[in-house]
Amino acid sequence: MAESILRTENLTYKYSTGTVFEKAAIQDINLEIEKGQFLGIIGHTGSGKSTLIQHFNGLLKPSSGKVYVDGEDMWANPKAIRKFRFKVGLVFQYPEYQLFEETVYKDVAFGPGNMGLSEGEVRERVHHALKLVGLPESIQEKSPFELSGGQKRRVAIAGVLAMEPEVLILDEPTAGLDPHGRDMILDLIRDYHAQRKNTVLLVSHSMEDIAKYAPKVLVMSKAGIFAYDDVKNIFDRASELERLGLSVPQVTKICRKLSELGYPVPPDIYTVEQARDCLLDLLGKGAAR
Amino acid sequence: MEAIITCQDISFSYARPELREPPVPVFHNLDFTVERGGFVAILGHNGSGKSTLAKHFNAILLPEGGTVYVNGIDTREEDRLLDIRSHVGMVFQNPDNQIVATVVEEDVAFALENMGVPPEEIRKRVEEALDAVNMMEYRSHAPHQLSGGQKQRVAIAGVIAMRPDCIVLDEPTAMLDPRGRQEVMRTLKGLGKYYGITVVLITHFMDEAAKADRVVVMDDGKIILDDAPGEVFSHVERLKSVGLDVPQATELAHELRLAGFDIPGNIITEAQCVEALQGLLDQSNAGKDRE
Amino acid sequence: MIKDITIGQFFPGESPIHRMDPRMKLILTVAYIVMLFIANNAASLLVGVIFLLIVYPVSGISGKMVLRSVKPILPIIAITAVLNMFFIDGEVLFQLWKIRITDKGVITAVMMCARIVCLIAGTSLMTYTTSPIALTDAIERLFSPLKKIKLPVHEVAMMMTIALRFIPTLIEETDKIMSAQKARGADIESGNLVQRIRALVPILIPLFVSAFRRAEELALAMECRCYHGGEGRTRMRQLHLGKLDVVAACVTAVCLAAAILANVHIQVFVLR
Repeated sequence: MAESILRTENLTYKYSTGTVFEKAAIQDINLEIEKGQFLGIIGHTGSGKSTLIQHFNGLLKPSSGKVYVDGEDMWANPKAIRKFRFKVGLVFQYPEYQLFEETVYKDVAFGPGNMGLSEGEVRERVHHALKLVGLPESIQEKSPFELSGGQKRRVAIAGVLAMEPEVLILDEPTAGLDPHGRDMILDLIRDYHAQRKNTVLLVSHSMEDIAKYAPKVLVMSKAGIFAYDDVKNIFDRASELERLGLSVPQVTKICRKLSELGYPVPPDIYTVEQARDCLLDLLGKGAAR
Repeated sequence: MEAIITCQDISFSYARPELREPPVPVFHNLDFTVERGGFVAILGHNGSGKSTLAKHFNAILLPEGGTVYVNGIDTREEDRLLDIRSHVGMVFQNPDNQIVATVVEEDVAFALENMGVPPEEIRKRVEEALDAVNMMEYRSHAPHQLSGGQKQRVAIAGVIAMRPDCIVLDEPTAMLDPRGRQEVMRTLKGLGKYYGITVVLITHFMDEAAKADRVVVMDDGKIILDDAPGEVFSHVERLKSVGLDVPQATELAHELRLAGFDIPGNIITEAQCVEALQGLLDQSNAGKDRE
Repeated sequence: MIKDITIGQFFPGESPIHRMDPRMKLILTVAYIVMLFIANNAASLLVGVIFLLIVYPVSGISGKMVLRSVKPILPIIAITAVLNMFFIDGEVLFQLWKIRITDKGVITAVMMCARIVCLIAGTSLMTYTTSPIALTDAIERLFSPLKKIKLPVHEVAMMMTIALRFIPTLIEETDKIMSAQKARGADIESGNLVQRIRALVPILIPLFVSAFRRAEELALAMECRCYHGGEGRTRMRQLHLGKLDVVAACVTAVCLAAAILANVHIQVFVLR
């Protein structure tokens, strides 16, 4: 197995500790994420996925248990926690709501600036990050508040990319976007991963998107890990996922139905392309045309 | 059929005085009608003009050219404004930003209080509305204790308490998780069925549009498709070219058609797709392997 | 969590005090405050204490809550006590260098402290037993005659309601923005005063932008629901003065009368 970049040991986080409302948001999580992995994370609201990812860059401190980044115990020295924020970049839901500077350039430069880099280095990183998210140079001197919704979101993502984190975590980066905007963001994340070979964690509510982009999936449920496996094996358990209240892709449902009806269609199909190829194969064998 | 909303030859553009730039035209000479009963979905990418159009339905915006009629009332008639708004209610994307009161039932009562309905009548209608969205047990909760889907259902209750003819929803599920989306969709389907309220749903989710009776696709301020969902989604390439998508069932059928198989173009649901595939498989050898 | 903070410290319940008309509660609270301020001797102050000993058990709010509400103003009570103890002339009980403690000083200090504690406990009881929305409602209705002289009573009440509604939302939002900026390496916890104030900019600007956006959307949503100011509005919640309110008014009136009588006739430990 490849070297792990993130590792947790009996990680537990409780809120409202010491009161009657005490509740574990995540409980005894033992997880190991390999370097260079593109991991999809899914689970419904309240399953603990947001709490988990906020532990990876030290925004939340575990109630008990440990988090290791690149083998280093994150909370060994709480004063040095900021360095992990640069190592593990976290893009929140609706990141455009965090924009605050007068110009796009200044806003993207906020993260690298906080890292204490030289002006030249910051400039280079900002240019590079904006290129990664597909925004033209001419946008740099504009106010981020004048941009369209999709552009704002890309500026906000660039703000995290510019810190050049080893791990990039995105919490529902496509929420509220139209299909075109959604595909654009997901494609740029995929390209970023392909280019950099950095670890990417993508949190999404959409099984279709997870199935299309992530080779490995973590399913969270009730403050714990429900499944952590290759995407193919995950959709093998489609009926269990549905019982958890997670929707599986429509093609998966169609293929499962056909399989139940006795046709030799594999039930673990999760993209339209797979379904098409498999059906063409089956039909081609027979009388079709 | 009787029309609730009729847009005749309307034009609109957004002024941009602060940027000292000329106004941006949104649509020009557009005709659009919503008939009583039924469930209409409006699709279109961001900036296609669908939200702007929706804001004309209850006189939030007035057309620069042409006329909008709501139940026969011209939306320019200022003294009929409350009348128009109580006929056509509107729900927006962010559930947090449309709840006014600190208690659920008080919020549902808000519109009725504004309309000057007598107190006993308000109470009756609030209960009815909460019942219709299945939120009765949360009547005395504070909004911030609710999930996104629940908040959105409260917002819907706040509109249906007015007993409108039509409810227009501008991407009501965009900020919700799958469970919240399901709750809202189920509520919306019930509104037409049990309360006879016409629903106009603006959405980015193709699976939601597939559940409508009529799908309208907008691009660049024009209506490019307007038909039953099966027909609209059969234009797979056209939809993709305007930044939209189709349900996976439709896409799979489309791919097989491209490969030369005889499969209907108007497939939108899983059941339809399974049935069509069954037919194909049975004709071929693959079906014969079946026990 | 931060969003669990309740505003106005309301504890829902079904006690007679909870069920009272909020307008009556407001009026009687004012009457009680007046009673405390006209009380000029130990006997009349005792009436004020007895009043609390009656209403607290009836409300079902525990005595611990009184301590909790008094806690934040302990420094004020302490200062009052010290000032009164040392600076009032009278028979010297104790003297150390120039500092003298007189009998009158001690009595005044004790009575002033008792008065402040009663004041806090009395007004807290109202906020403990009345939801903020009922309170806003009561204020709007009690002051509605002022509409005649063009005071924006409805508008102020509506603003209070919306503020109450959005405080939890904005607290949650602040939390989110802070996390997002921390994730970009913003350092909020350390540095000197100037640095800390500058570190607030990345939090305050998005918060203001978002508050304006919310305000705009809310205004639109209110318009869609036929909002057109306070004119011609009705209310779902009707306030009725019931038996409970009459009883409460009588109890308070009796206490007030007793306090006045005590002021005139039983002059023990009179405050100057």
